[in-house]
Amino acid sequence: MELNRLTIHELQERLRDGTITSVEITESVYRRIASVEDRVHAYITLTQEAATEQARAADRRIQEGAGGALTGIPIALKDVLSTQGVRTTCGSRTLENFIPPYDATVVKKLKDAGAVFVGKTNMDEFAMGSSTETSRFGITKNPWDLERIPGGSSGGSAAAVAADECIASLGTDTGGSIRQPAALCGVVGLKPTYGRVSRFGLVAFASSLDQIGPITKDVEDCAIMMNAICGHDPQDSTSVPTEVPDYRTCLSRDIEGWTIGIPKEYFVEGVDPEIRASIDTAIKTLEGLGARCLDISLPHTEYCIATYYIIAPSEASSNLARYDGVRYGFRAPDGENLLDMYKKTRSSGFGAEVKRRIMIGTYSLSSGYYDAYYKKASQVRALIRDDFDRAFTKCDVILTPATPTPAFRIGEKMDDPLQMYLYDIFTLSANLAGVPGISVPCGYTKGGLPLGVQFMAGHFQEEKLLQIASAYEKNSDKEKRTPDL
Amino acid sequence: MKITTQEVGYVAHLARLDLSEDEKGTLTSQLNNILMYMDILNGVDTEGIQPMTHAISLGNVFRNDTEEKSIGVEMALANAPEGEMGFFGVPKIIE
Repeated sequence: MELNRLTIHELQERLRDGTITSVEITESVYRRIASVEDRVHAYITLTQEAATEQARAADRRIQEGAGGALTGIPIALKDVLSTQGVRTTCGSRTLENFIPPYDATVVKKLKDAGAVFVGKTNMDEFAMGSSTETSRFGITKNPWDLERIPGGSSGGSAAAVAADECIASLGTDTGGSIRQPAALCGVVGLKPTYGRVSRFGLVAFASSLDQIGPITKDVEDCAIMMNAICGHDPQDSTSVPTEVPDYRTCLSRDIEGWTIGIPKEYFVEGVDPEIRASIDTAIKTLEGLGARCLDISLPHTEYCIATYYIIAPSEASSNLARYDGVRYGFRAPDGENLLDMYKKTRSSGFGAEVKRRIMIGTYSLSSGYYDAYYKKASQVRALIRDDFDRAFTKCDVILTPATPTPAFRIGEKMDDPLQMYLYDIFTLSANLAGVPGISVPCGYTKGGLPLGVQFMAGHFQEEKLLQIASAYEKNSDKEKRTPDL
Repeated sequence: MKITTQEVGYVAHLARLDLSEDEKGTLTSQLNNILMYMDILNGVDTEGIQPMTHAISLGNVFRNDTEEKSIGVEMALANAPEGEMGFFGVPKIIE
């Protein structure tokens, strides 16, 4: 068995008993990268030299009987997370040569835990996209079918895990960017509650929606990663000083007597019949474990996309105002004066989708339109959150499909931005409400494409998500496949 | 029409973007499509609803007013496209 194919917990066991070393794991990961990366293109930057050093240090630490659950484990980071001394591009020309002077808090936490950093993964430019097609650095392919998209915006992070080009990865999720690519690539992805994980050092897209979270091969690995990255950080005033539980302890608990909410608004026309069938099977499995399903309603669901695509671009237009070619990032060389320099810099530094969202956001916030768009959307957002609050008084978790269809073909939605936006229909609501969500593999289409089921829970109830995801994972009779690369 | 090509040009100026005539044309039609879709929100009664600006309830966070280490001038300027003598360089501002 190639080491790069194993999970964090499987590798950790062998590292502990001394049968393997972190250097060996790291080598097997880069061997895999050398053989499949030209087809998958999950990475923007590889950091093999530093990784080898980190692996050696981890091996010394383990030999001394020290270290923890992530010591010596090769992990990939979405290229939106600042890494000191390693360029962080956000998939954009604007930051093509940007070398952060500090580590994001999550990166520092993983570093302190002794993780090995494989490289920085590809993503939609500034995390704006659902397919990883808007990256300045080329398109990432879905490892299950190289003619299809891996999802987005954390497409590189999901594809790298699915293709065994790393053991686990971090992604970010503003409207589904962890859960959706995880579903399309057949891996586990969790978006924590807003405030659960520090955003310090995460290049901001939409500050009231962004969260960092793990993408892993199984649910136990997801819990291990959560243990490492969660917690309050004085550097992020929106991170919450709530105690972080040991997320591994909930994995062995059963879900007998749980109530699973099934929102009727998520089972509408347009959901692929194969997805619907696999979700039905998942529901039966969970009922077999003693859970009870309850039909619920999230009545403002149909307004989620419009609400999201006003709020997220509004915040983005403000956040991306900083890219003016003065303090860091790309500057156009031929600016005649300051204003001209700003405009030329931003116009050639940003790609089409980023410009489009800056335009939507600037328009929504502009004088005369603010009340009709931004304020209205913020009010509807409150109603969407209230829907969830009400639902969680009746059920433990909510179950939905993670995506309306399996992975679509490269180029299929690039000419129609609205169609691309509509693809996020099942994942946006968790970000608007701030609740956590997890996507777990739930089978394959007849054509062999992976599918995902999503669970959502109340604020700071990640334990419930991991508990039900783990119970489902152990008891679903779906055979474990790997992509044929 | 929700937004005209002329308005697209004006919004681009506010966002400090230079758009070619082609880009303006494409964006005008795309933004019209998207903004028309947003009309769905007009069907929601939001009378008296407090706008939601945070995903969770947050209070203001204070810290002690004590000196802390910062990254320093050299590091701060390390990624600047142009800079010298401890300053960021920009094209001439005063004519």
